[in-house]
Amino acid sequence: MSTIFKILRFDPPKDEQPHFQEYIHTPKPGDTMLEVLKDIRDQQDPSLSFRYSCREAVCGSCALTINGEIGLACRTQFEALKTDVVVIEPLPNLEIIKDLIVDFKPFWDAYNYIQPYLQPEGEAPPKGHCVDEKDMEEVYQFITCILCGSCYAACPVATRDGRYLGPAALAKLYRFAIDPRDKRPWPALARVDNPTGVWGCDTVFRCNDVCPKEVRPADGIEGLRRRMVVGRTKHLFGRKK
Amino acid sequence: MVSHDILIVGGGLAGLAAALTSDPKLKVAVLSKVHPVRSHSISAQGGINAALANNPNAKDDTWEKHAFDTIKGSDYLADQDAVELMCKLAIPLMYELDHMGVPFSRFPGGVIAQRPFGGAGYPRTCYAQDRTGQVLLHTLYEQCVKKGVVFYEEVLVTSLVVRDGRCVGLVAYDMGTGEIRSFAAKAVIFGTGGYGRIFKLSTNAYINFGSGIGMAYRAGIPIKDLEFVQFHPTALYGKNILISEAARGEGGYLINNKGRRFMEDYTPTVMELAPRDIVSRSITTEILKGNGFENAYVHLDLRHLGREKIEKRLPGIQDICIHFAGLDPVDTPIPIQPAQHYSMGGIDVDKDCASPVKGFYAAGECACVSVHGANRLGGNSLLDAIVFGKIAGLSASRFINEGGFAGSKDAEIDGEAGRLTSDFEGIRKRDKGHNVYRLLNDLKILMSDKAGIYRDAKQLREGIDGLGRLREAYKDACIYGSCTRFCQEFVTLVEFDYMMDLAEAILRGADLRTETRGSHFRTDHPKRDDESWLKHTLAAYTEKGPVFSYRAVNVDKYKPQERKY
Repeated sequence: MSTIFKILRFDPPKDEQPHFQEYIHTPKPGDTMLEVLKDIRDQQDPSLSFRYSCREAVCGSCALTINGEIGLACRTQFEALKTDVVVIEPLPNLEIIKDLIVDFKPFWDAYNYIQPYLQPEGEAPPKGHCVDEKDMEEVYQFITCILCGSCYAACPVATRDGRYLGPAALAKLYRFAIDPRDKRPWPALARVDNPTGVWGCDTVFRCNDVCPKEVRPADGIEGLRRRMVVGRTKHLFGRKK
Repeated sequence: MVSHDILIVGGGLAGLAAALTSDPKLKVAVLSKVHPVRSHSISAQGGINAALANNPNAKDDTWEKHAFDTIKGSDYLADQDAVELMCKLAIPLMYELDHMGVPFSRFPGGVIAQRPFGGAGYPRTCYAQDRTGQVLLHTLYEQCVKKGVVFYEEVLVTSLVVRDGRCVGLVAYDMGTGEIRSFAAKAVIFGTGGYGRIFKLSTNAYINFGSGIGMAYRAGIPIKDLEFVQFHPTALYGKNILISEAARGEGGYLINNKGRRFMEDYTPTVMELAPRDIVSRSITTEILKGNGFENAYVHLDLRHLGREKIEKRLPGIQDICIHFAGLDPVDTPIPIQPAQHYSMGGIDVDKDCASPVKGFYAAGECACVSVHGANRLGGNSLLDAIVFGKIAGLSASRFINEGGFAGSKDAEIDGEAGRLTSDFEGIRKRDKGHNVYRLLNDLKILMSDKAGIYRDAKQLREGIDGLGRLREAYKDACIYGSCTRFCQEFVTLVEFDYMMDLAEAILRGADLRTETRGSHFRTDHPKRDDESWLKHTLAAYTEKGPVFSYRAVNVDKYKPQERKY
């Protein structure tokens, strides 16, 4: 059935402001929204730009706003939308570079800020680290994050304060904090012990709702908050001694 | 013009591994047409091989046994010295990756867990659930952030500049600005990945056009063994999304429409865990015999594994099935069919990742060392990418530090960029001509029809003729989009040109190789012929088409024998 797709177009500085362009297209049975977008581009308008890569919900390229809902285009089934008009917009909270492509700079700045790498002690043990199976499985909730930016785009705190690190970066830090191999010093964790870090979260859990990989980033923020309280006390106590 | 000591092209595992081992005193940058974590390495699922001997059923596993399995799996076309090097380095590499933060799954007792994989005599595949590529790519990217590696993201390299047998730089399309830019370098490393999207049914990411291989070829570096194309046995029917070999490693069955585990008829000893070429052919044969469902697919049945095991070991597979096929493998068998998956062939490099052009190196799927020969074993591609990516970074650094570079030739790179710009201005001025997306679609159909799992001289020659017609059509391709920034039509136009070269090397190489070996199955020559064909195919670019020559395989400890499983 032919459907109207209203797609946000913007090519600064050529265009003064974003506008919607309408395309009439008949998706094939079983098409995902990414397949729909590719067909519209290939058959009707090659100037339409959007990001994509794996088309199997693991590379994190194609998060968009579809009929007002944030999600991965590659994993959104057209038929499941059940509307005659489909509105496609880029992710909110990030500046548009062109059409559906947004500037991830604030997202990556936050990622870089938390020191997103394991900080173990000493050299690699000759037979690898000894890690309990259960402890490693705790980490798995967070390593499924595909860095798609959906949570950042949905976060109301990020909307009003561009300095807020956002859910993905904080959940990433928590992933290291609970990894038994990680021995980062207290100051590395305390970098987020402030209103642009863990205390900025409004606990409205939009991040948990929109995450396509069920990471539940807010669990990570919650966990970091507990660490902050405990760490601060320990640190003060240590200093007194 | 931007100038660097080492330019690495590709932000997947090979490229990032090269960035990490490059001499920190040198000025190094990685160029990638996507953000590095969007690279196709992310899609690898099942694991990475190393003879750690952690599995209780693998106490006497050794790197030599890993090497033997790899060589036998390659149908003896792999170079044995290179395979030995890779398998030996695999063991310390796992501990290094563990220390970098890769969250490998663990066995009770805390050691890295290992699962069985196809073609392997022992369970030696290390994994993190079924997201191994994702955790490896993320971890190497994290290490690059730590090291402060410079990235040029969303920059598509369009040509390699080689003068007097020396690589001097690159020309690239910067998608963000819409400009053609030139980059000078003392050494260039390609980790540009495979060409999966040259085929209609492929498990590969949409971005896998393989143009890097084509660029090296045009620049005068031979490409090797291109006729060996891996078809993965289990791609999700309809969407061609990879369903990891881990699903069979964990005990999954392949079932035909008679309800039988048909692998009993092909490889009764190892059943579903035969190497990929054999399993893919068996599935195709079953479907051709009328034993498939809807004449198109068979079932991968995981139901007997139970919910707990599936959710713990194969959660990514479960997720894919639910979201892309609307079924839960806990309750329903998965419809699967073979699809193109990997390129064994690639840019001709040696064990140091060095090519005949000075200062040019390649690693990972775009390269052919060769460690995979005529068929790659599951769990060896991540290993190849990281081991040889690291080697490439070291080799390029050594080349520069030993004074291998005589001085830059900025004017020549700028000249190349200027030529490219005016070429494309010319194409832009056309107001009608062929739509490149349509040409791409035609190429995919041609390759799937003529150079698939079963091949013969007639089909291959039809393919060569068809390709000739596509080349003619490409000459008046037109850019219909009016954009200059993020113009994906332009990207496709550039890459398609190289894809046709690869298609030609595959078709002609396959036509010339009148034997059956590994993934290359000739119905008109169904036997392996070591006397005539125990050798690598090399294709060199000329304006009139590829010129073929051959090179002996490095055979050492492991004498070729019949491949039985």
